[in-house]
Amino acid sequence: MRKCDSEKDIYLPLPATVSEVEPMTKLESFFSCRLDSGEELGHMPGQFVEVSIPGIGEAPISISSSPTRKGSFEMVVRNVGNVSKAMHGLAAGDKIFIRGPFGTSFPVDQAMKGKDVIFICGGIGIVPVRSAIQYVLDNRGDYGRVMILFGAKTPRERLFIEELDKWRREKNVAVLETVDHRDESWSGPEGVITKLLPLVKMDKDNTVAVVCGPPVMYKFVIIVLMEAGLREDQIYLSLERHMKCGVGKCGHCQINNIYVCQDGPVFNFSDIKDIKEAL
Amino acid sequence: MTIKKLNKATFDKWVNACIENQRVYGVQAREDRFVFAPLAKAEDLRLDYDVTILPPKKYFQPPRETLLKFDRKEGFESAFDDEPFVLFGVHPYDMVAISQIDKLFSQDHCDIHYVSRRQKATIVVCDVQTPSKEVFAGCMGTATVNDGFDILITKIDSGYLVDIRTEKGYALADTIKSAKDADEMSLKLRQLVWSDNTKLLQKHKLNVRPDILPGVLGRSYEHPVWEEKARLCYSCGSCNLVCPTCYCFDVRDEVEWSLQKGRRFRVWDGCLLAEFAVVAGGHNFRRNRTDRYRHRYYRKGKYMPEKIGEVACVGCGRCITACTAKIANPVEVYNKLVVEGK
Repeated sequence: MRKCDSEKDIYLPLPATVSEVEPMTKLESFFSCRLDSGEELGHMPGQFVEVSIPGIGEAPISISSSPTRKGSFEMVVRNVGNVSKAMHGLAAGDKIFIRGPFGTSFPVDQAMKGKDVIFICGGIGIVPVRSAIQYVLDNRGDYGRVMILFGAKTPRERLFIEELDKWRREKNVAVLETVDHRDESWSGPEGVITKLLPLVKMDKDNTVAVVCGPPVMYKFVIIVLMEAGLREDQIYLSLERHMKCGVGKCGHCQINNIYVCQDGPVFNFSDIKDIKEAL
Repeated sequence: MTIKKLNKATFDKWVNACIENQRVYGVQAREDRFVFAPLAKAEDLRLDYDVTILPPKKYFQPPRETLLKFDRKEGFESAFDDEPFVLFGVHPYDMVAISQIDKLFSQDHCDIHYVSRRQKATIVVCDVQTPSKEVFAGCMGTATVNDGFDILITKIDSGYLVDIRTEKGYALADTIKSAKDADEMSLKLRQLVWSDNTKLLQKHKLNVRPDILPGVLGRSYEHPVWEEKARLCYSCGSCNLVCPTCYCFDVRDEVEWSLQKGRRFRVWDGCLLAEFAVVAGGHNFRRNRTDRYRHRYYRKGKYMPEKIGEVACVGCGRCITACTAKIANPVEVYNKLVVEGK
């Protein structure tokens, strides 16, 4: 059998240093990191990396910052697994190890260019989408109106609160939020994220929608978007699976015949609408 | 290409010479069944075996394989275990499976751990002498094989034909290079073995050619057979474990006593196991047995053919034997789909 074209070990992670850790909610913390090589990560919005903590393991984590913001890359991690738990014990100056970036990205330089963009994020779905939002806002002239819809379970679980306020103040940017369950701190809308959709005016032929959230959210959001007149190919989704190896080998992230780590995590809805296990 | 003809005594002498010079794994009896194991002497080699419990993939993708070593301060470095070895007695259907896995590990992101180990292996294939009771390689086009190996052995009445194909093969056959070449008659007998085996290795009869299976599956997603079979599935993953074309894996870390150093290793995993598609937080993207059972069939019969151009079932029949619930016979399922899946 033929040799590999390169000697590269696809499983070998490279060292990076945590420069900032910041708790965001009870479960989620924010991490800013840079590769020890001094190089940029070289990702596009929507891609993910495999983060290693030696002795604990490796987990796929999406990049939350835009490549337009040089020097470091950012992640937000929910404390739900072995690796994420270990990450929550990290402090500035600690080492982590990185493979990637992997996967497809939001079409910020293709389909989204020149268009109105609506970002629809449920819960930690805002984490990878933030990379695209920053990218769009850093190249503001290349896009039309920007609409950001964010739904959290409760006000305590809202992420990027200050940044949401900053985005709200930008010209030609609409930010709408809702929470599933209100508390005394919240006077805004209550209910699932689809309730926000009728509140924005979409130019149906000139809008690209980016959707990311918990598995249950997609179907409902897609129905409302299509009722509003969007075509299937105007809708992009970022899907979650366990991308264990990141290189299309281990089989864990497979959705029928597609590998989320290679063919995704960002998909055009028209490409996956007939794939039974996708949504 | 050189084809030598050896009698039993010369053949055994050659096997013993091979063992002297390198690591050799060969098929041996364990009670009334057979396994690939380190070979100590020629008389232990049982080329008359029917099928081994595990396929030879265990030497290319070990059940537990160190990929990286780490030091919690220093980080990771690659670890390789690629000492050359010889695999003696691989059946044609298993050779086809090895060639398929070769493609999957080397295409796109090339897996240097797999490839470097595989490259250093010398594979001696042996035509089947005793068909196993569940084999259907004859229906899958894998009762015989013509590439991928270094040497092909065929037992004929008056001895063994040793067909040497590659440089590694010639190196291994160095001690028999002065043996006489196979005569015309022997080669005719070998042809006969091949045509007989194609018929004999059909203990289950697939009603269609394997190349139409992707199309059959393409219209069978909602077929009742998935539910009907999966209802009885224990989700034990035995079918994955014994399958020569199953290669999914999990990756884990292990630390030494010092808590400083350790290793990252991969272990075999199986898509029939309940937790295969679970993500952090506990959501299971393939929660139903039916979905897992069907996924395996689609991988073998549709998804892998899309990647490598061949159906990834070689008809070894191991899953049929291994399945406690007796639901794993691929021929039974495929034949059902062919009749009713339209």
